[in-house]
Amino acid sequence: MRRIDPRFVPLLGTIAVFALTAGYGSVAYTGFFSAQVFLNLLIDNAFLCIVGVGMTFVILSGGIDLSVGSVIALTTMVSAELVEHRHWSAAQAIPLVLAIGTAFGALMGWLIQRFRLQPFIVTLAGMFLARGLCYLISIDSISITDATYTAIAQARVPVPGTGASITVGAIVALSTLAVGIWLAQVTEFGRTVYAIGGNEASAVLMGLPVPRTTVLVYTFSGFCSALAGVVFTFYMLSGYGLHAVGMELDAIAAVVIGGTLLSGGVGFVAGTLFGVLILGIIQTLIAFDGSLSSWWTRIVIGALLFVFCLLQRAFEARRR
Amino acid sequence: MEAALGSISRHRLFWPFLTLALLLAANAIFNPGFWQLQWRDGHLYGNVIDILNRAAPLALVALGMTLVIATRGIDISVGAVVAIAAAVAALMIGGELVVKNGVQTQVSRFPMGLAIVAALAVAALCGLWNGLLVAKVGMQPIIATLILMVAGRGVAQLLTGGQIITVYYAPYFFLGNGFLFGLPFAVFIAAAVWGLLHLLMTRTALGLFIQSIGINPAAARVAGLHERLITVCVYVFCGFAAGVAGLVISSNVKSADGNNAGMLMELDAILAVTLGGTALTGGRFSLAGSVFGALIIQTLTSTIYSIGVPPEINMVVKAAVVFVVMLLQSAEFRAALRALVVRPAAGGAP
Repeated sequence: MRRIDPRFVPLLGTIAVFALTAGYGSVAYTGFFSAQVFLNLLIDNAFLCIVGVGMTFVILSGGIDLSVGSVIALTTMVSAELVEHRHWSAAQAIPLVLAIGTAFGALMGWLIQRFRLQPFIVTLAGMFLARGLCYLISIDSISITDATYTAIAQARVPVPGTGASITVGAIVALSTLAVGIWLAQVTEFGRTVYAIGGNEASAVLMGLPVPRTTVLVYTFSGFCSALAGVVFTFYMLSGYGLHAVGMELDAIAAVVIGGTLLSGGVGFVAGTLFGVLILGIIQTLIAFDGSLSSWWTRIVIGALLFVFCLLQRAFEARRR
Repeated sequence: MEAALGSISRHRLFWPFLTLALLLAANAIFNPGFWQLQWRDGHLYGNVIDILNRAAPLALVALGMTLVIATRGIDISVGAVVAIAAAVAALMIGGELVVKNGVQTQVSRFPMGLAIVAALAVAALCGLWNGLLVAKVGMQPIIATLILMVAGRGVAQLLTGGQIITVYYAPYFFLGNGFLFGLPFAVFIAAAVWGLLHLLMTRTALGLFIQSIGINPAAARVAGLHERLITVCVYVFCGFAAGVAGLVISSNVKSADGNNAGMLMELDAILAVTLGGTALTGGRFSLAGSVFGALIIQTLTSTIYSIGVPPEINMVVKAAVVFVVMLLQSAEFRAALRALVVRPAAGGAP
């Protein structure tokens, strides 16, 4: 038997954990093993998946983006304000919020790259700023009654052969994932991101466009956050400054559980999908069980993070 | 004169002090009653006292965070540790009103001293967990503490059952609401912790050790420092300090809220440390600076409340402050700024 490429070990581990959890759920709870339950994982976590794709690139480049949750909140808030109070159409509002998120990410990336600032503190400030801007628009939740938004939110696309269906948000998530995989594996941009994460100084010496790529990574993450915000707006049909609090941690957890090393340079975008699915399936299991309280989700996610980080350390130690 | 000014402006506490002074001056202008102090019910009343009292828990957390950041680390779990310590203390004290021989007395579930020791021990244990992950397992500090940040909040919610636990035991309220010599007791706690740390850092070699670990961990190890042991101790202390802050906070609000206690406190603490002039890249640190940082944040919050600006703006102002401070700390930014100022003045001369 051919030995498995060690690069794929963490990813395979993640997939195995997902399969085991899904198998356990299917045996333990009646009604768990159905196409709709699994598709719901994707539907209920579509925004997390989109944010996770952007976060994967940031972490692959050796950085971190703490602003994603608040950019989602800002996107829902701006969308709701424009659509409900200014009577913009969805076709006008969505491109604008996407542009805002992208510009926000680009600005943070530029600050990080140009002034050699720590990504942690820059995106932390970005997080404060985006949340604060939400409250400047309104401190209350704005619900969306616009016809286009509700129509898209309620639309269900049947999945052939299963009798189940998915939402527009889930389709957007899968498309983002596909674009992310393509960007990471095929393009020069993706290769440069891996190179920066592996060793930035070497990447510069190799003549790779390191400054441009660094800015682009955060720009892409900003775009993903805004896109996730649009999907989140469809999901919640409201704009609120307290939407997606702590989402950045879920996204980082999903990326890490998906097998991407936090030190940068190693990992796969596809792993993030399974990281998101594992987070989702834990919540589903706890919901199916019924006797466990919601805070067990956090404890289990913490424990999983711990196990995966330990495995990562062991993996890194062996590679050296 | 110029030389003296230059040396003052180069002192590491100059910028934090100036920021705080400007904030206080702005307050005095916009709010004439700001500096008024009154002696009422045997202690001082006033805006400044209020700021001191409210800044105390943040200063405590920031002190622990300063040492962690000095070793090139970061601890984002302090908010969760605050919630856990508060939950443990509130659970163990609980308290109820009992009528004994016709006299109403308040009875705690466990002796208060025991509850406080237990809460602090649990907090220190959280720190030990972080420290072991960072120093022994070798995880990146941000991810090692992320684990406790996520799971710790869950543990706090588990302890409190997702509810707000109210404490009915008056002696416990002294920590966060009591007064000693006319000043809030919490201020004395923060001052004591700062004093103790200051002595440890300046009278023993520990301060130097921590700095050298932050500047170059490998070199520190080669030089014979017990680098890992010191790192673990620093995280234990950070957990302990967060625990003390948790006690003060829960005593102040007479309850423990597993869901929201200490929420986003890690960010405020990191901000306080940065404002105080400690670089996030480790090495040189300033304990007094972090206390100034905590005072700046609390004064800023109070100012925003008192001048009638909607409190929602608080976050935008905070973000602006972080942006300005981190840009000023960046050598590249200062170079760019200098180039911008100097070049036109120098004209065509090389």
